[in-house]
Amino acid sequence: MKDATAIVGIGQTPFAKRLPESEKALACRAILRALDDAGIDPSEVDGFASYTMEETDEVEVAKSIGAGDVTFFSKVGYGGGGSCATVAHLATAVATGQATVGVAWRSRKRGSGGRPWRNTTVQLPTPAQWTRPFGLLRPADEIGMLTRRYMHEYGATRDHLFNVALACRNRANQNPAAMMYERPLTREMYMTSRWISEPLCLFDNCLETDGALACVVVSADRARDCRSRPVYVHSAAQGLPAQHHGMVNYWTEDPLRGPAWTAAQQLWKHADLCPQDVDVAQIYDAFTALVPLSLEGYGFCGRGEGAAFTEGGALEIGGRLPLNTSGGGLSEAYVHGFNLITEGVRQLRGTSTAQVPNAATCLVTAGEGVPTSALLLRS
Amino acid sequence: MTTAPTGPPETGLLLPEPDDDGAPFWSYASAGELRVQTCSDCGRRRFPPRPCCPRCRSFEAEWQRMSGRGRIWSYVVAHPPLLPGYAEAALYNVLVVELADDPAIRLVGNLVAAPDAPLGSAAAGKLRIGAPVRAVFRQVGDGERLMAVPRWVLERP
Repeated sequence: MKDATAIVGIGQTPFAKRLPESEKALACRAILRALDDAGIDPSEVDGFASYTMEETDEVEVAKSIGAGDVTFFSKVGYGGGGSCATVAHLATAVATGQATVGVAWRSRKRGSGGRPWRNTTVQLPTPAQWTRPFGLLRPADEIGMLTRRYMHEYGATRDHLFNVALACRNRANQNPAAMMYERPLTREMYMTSRWISEPLCLFDNCLETDGALACVVVSADRARDCRSRPVYVHSAAQGLPAQHHGMVNYWTEDPLRGPAWTAAQQLWKHADLCPQDVDVAQIYDAFTALVPLSLEGYGFCGRGEGAAFTEGGALEIGGRLPLNTSGGGLSEAYVHGFNLITEGVRQLRGTSTAQVPNAATCLVTAGEGVPTSALLLRS
Repeated sequence: MTTAPTGPPETGLLLPEPDDDGAPFWSYASAGELRVQTCSDCGRRRFPPRPCCPRCRSFEAEWQRMSGRGRIWSYVVAHPPLLPGYAEAALYNVLVVELADDPAIRLVGNLVAAPDAPLGSAAAGKLRIGAPVRAVFRQVGDGERLMAVPRWVLERP
């Protein structure tokens, strides 16, 4: 698997609170842009991967873009936990000959299309019966519970969470495509903003976005002939820890040791690199608090040190680990983390709007707190 | 240690949607009993309930009665936007409580000012990780469907 495949094309639509087109149309636009970026004709696509929550299926996409005969298609569950796994599944399929040109995508009208937690009829009986009747309704409530415990156990403060929100916002302020491009954030704004679920305030929560993104995966051999500079999939992993319960991970022995630890173990085991070699990271940020947990899980610091790691501008450009350099889910767009993958590719091509000088390795992670996945990309 | 639900049912809230594994918990709750699924073969308690024991893989289980005492493990205070029914109760707290009988068993619930006091009745200043609490039961629902859910009051109000 190591370096056997590469991401050779990325594409996206605009990001906005409301876009007029359907999710299907947005998906097609993002995919066709990614294929054009790669210089590959859509008729050559024979592999697809997306999220189980993606509402446009392969049949619709394939016939719309004029794909050829498709021999591999896969969907990954657990919302944003599946983002990196879409690329990982394509990389596996391409490396084992199940497909030659794979497309991964996510299209979502989460900005104008409503909030999933408002749906009271389609709720999984397990484990919702143990949480929702008590008013633990939203992802912000579920992660807020873990955040409070994290702050209690390790002395993390709201300033640490602000460090994460600020780093993402600062990068978005450099990125004209970001929803928060012209919207700076100050500590005062953060500290006086309204609560969503204490201890999480408005700025600890990701954006609500309409938009779509896609990327193209081919073999390393083929990548050399593509239009854009290849970004190699050095290592990829999924993670579902023993006795994990999803975002309501309150029933395991150590609830703050989440899926990141499992994915990380597998990711580094198959890599020639270690956390200290990572030049830039795109860490899933549906909530600020997921970042310190992920910093610990992926081995950038020790247990309980994730909050302190964010101090001293560590997550800013020039810091120890520049983070979410297009603005992330907190400040560029929230499309289930797919924009973190495309930004990882831009960093390693040298085309980010907040370029880390000479970036050669990038960690991209999917949703922490749910069965997750991660990619280690290199140029 | 625990008692059957008192007071009129609280309306407007989501009712538990029990699955096969969880149904006994809710039946016992209606009788005012806090019980946890326990492996009949190796004695390991498990929550949420599931078909077999993750330690010894036995499918034989019983429901052990708990004292109803516990400590607050963590909590949030929910602010709008929320579902109707909950928006009216905001700001309300949601707790995770670890049981005194087995701290590995944790339950989500709400701190209330008294057994028959509604969601959102406890003062925010009373919330503290580690605070000792005990289970009470409250009926929720309307005439068509009534269930009892565990709630929590402070041991030392």
